[in-house]
Amino acid sequence: MDIFGIPIQALMGQLLIGLINGSFYAILSLGLAIIFGLLNIINFAHGALYMTGAFCAWIGLTWLGLNYWVALIAVPVVVGALGMLIERTMLKHLYQLDHLYGLLLTFGLALIIEGLFRYRFGISGESYPVPELLSGGFNLGFMFLPKYRAWVVAVSLVVCFGSWFIIERTKLGSYLRAGTENPQLLQAFGINVPLMITLTYGFGVALAALAGVLAAPVFQVNPVMGSNLIIVVFAVVVIGGMGSIMGSIVTGLGLGLIEGLTRVFYPEASAVVIFVIMGIVLLLRPAGLFGRER
Amino acid sequence: MNGKHIGWIVLLLLGLVAPFLVYPVLVMKILCFALFACAFNLLLGYTGLLSFGHAAFLGSAGYLCGYTMQGLGLSPELGLLAGTVGAAALGFIFGSLAIRRAGIYFAMITLALAQLVYFLALQFPFTGGEDGMQGIPRGHLFGLIDLSDTMNMYFFVLAVFLFGFWVIDRAIDSPFGQVLKAIRENEPRAISLGYDVDRYKLLAFVLSAALAGLAGATKTLVFQLASLTDVHWHMSGEVVLMTLLGGVGTVFGPIVGATIVVSLQNYGAELGQWVTVLTGVIFVVCVLAFRRGVVGEVALLIKRSGIRP
Repeated sequence: MDIFGIPIQALMGQLLIGLINGSFYAILSLGLAIIFGLLNIINFAHGALYMTGAFCAWIGLTWLGLNYWVALIAVPVVVGALGMLIERTMLKHLYQLDHLYGLLLTFGLALIIEGLFRYRFGISGESYPVPELLSGGFNLGFMFLPKYRAWVVAVSLVVCFGSWFIIERTKLGSYLRAGTENPQLLQAFGINVPLMITLTYGFGVALAALAGVLAAPVFQVNPVMGSNLIIVVFAVVVIGGMGSIMGSIVTGLGLGLIEGLTRVFYPEASAVVIFVIMGIVLLLRPAGLFGRER
Repeated sequence: MNGKHIGWIVLLLLGLVAPFLVYPVLVMKILCFALFACAFNLLLGYTGLLSFGHAAFLGSAGYLCGYTMQGLGLSPELGLLAGTVGAAALGFIFGSLAIRRAGIYFAMITLALAQLVYFLALQFPFTGGEDGMQGIPRGHLFGLIDLSDTMNMYFFVLAVFLFGFWVIDRAIDSPFGQVLKAIRENEPRAISLGYDVDRYKLLAFVLSAALAGLAGATKTLVFQLASLTDVHWHMSGEVVLMTLLGGVGTVFGPIVGATIVVSLQNYGAELGQWVTVLTGVIFVVCVLAFRRGVVGEVALLIKRSGIRP
């Protein structure tokens, strides 16, 4: 069975890869949007922390014998704590300054983290085995669906919509949204805003680390996996605009799919298609698809 | 005679003496990066726009210059012209898109567009992909002066640098530069005064891109090489670091910053991967505790001590 002369297996296979990439775009851009909302900082270290998450999973398995399921819980906690440490010791001093300084500081942090891992592990990368429970796959008749890939997509959807639910529908989320609008007023109501900022940054970083653990069995675990991804995620963020949580999720998944389709029909353009879309969106709707000027 | 005149005289003297004291190729490298950083500073320091994609101009101008000389067999001055004009055209495209958003978005857009250029450089047939363009001839300047001679090359690079630096210096002091500073300080007010802010931003962007291109094309002549390193986002970060370290919004700061960073990389080559870590640490320290940069701090010291320069 062919669609536009492309075998359906190939099409579905690329769409699945697109959906997986899209899941990572969604989790990472969601984290960036949450952090930006409250801290007004674009976290350039997001990619490096995603890579740290993947490496922590690998280190846990290889050096400490901790399996995938432990890593899935423990790594986001550990890396999230590292994020909170970064916020408390460094980022906190920048809130009164131009937002660009936050970008520059986190860029420096990204270089430090990436450099340290490159020093220790080289550039070639390590491979992380797919956990036994999720190896193998389902035969759907028209395509073969590896279990682990289905798992990645499912987990990211749950995480993304869970985060959306917490932020948009719970009391805790209402504090967060209030802090995004007007932190001084929120503080006047007796909420510990500095603590909330620290926890928010930690949560955003934990999301990145979780994405890293999920990515470890899919991609090579290597020190530059984060920096290659983060620039695409920045383009995703520009396309979607950071005004809305749901916007980040939908844009991330959608662009992953578009990238997958491009890989089927015009492979040469697959590396650049998201940047081209970004250019078009900037021409037609400068604030981004879901954004608002701020 | 003011501080700036003294700065110019020191710069000229250093430029004339340096190749006899230090390895000339290193000085040429410093001059290329100094021009690159000065061009970048025109945008960040004087217009308040943080471009995270300036490597695209440096690198693509390098490729264009290399192609003009190696592929078409033209002379070095035409190579530089091709690189500069090409980078200006690319700057026009980047600028038109990026000035539609401000602040952090501006930085992300320029970074993403530069990554687009990186992928194109990787895939285009004439760039040589991972290998880059190698063995580009230096040729004869105006058909007369042989640039394969190191000293001839050095003084040509010095002249190019001084020309570029003079253009930037003039631009900053001109009414055009005053408007840029007004935009940096208070954009809504500049708009309400009737300035077409977007046009000024775009013009500053194109000028900055063109001069970054001039630096990139010159660098290609010096090293006879155009490679992916120059279009990589690491390079965009490096020029931010040079400017930040030397002093954002100071005339001579980027030159000092470029000298420090290039020397560090040159003499710290045996540090290997630690150079990346060290670069990151300098970034963090600069942002947290040293935001004025070297020249900014020195200027402040002079001001406090009450000496009238």
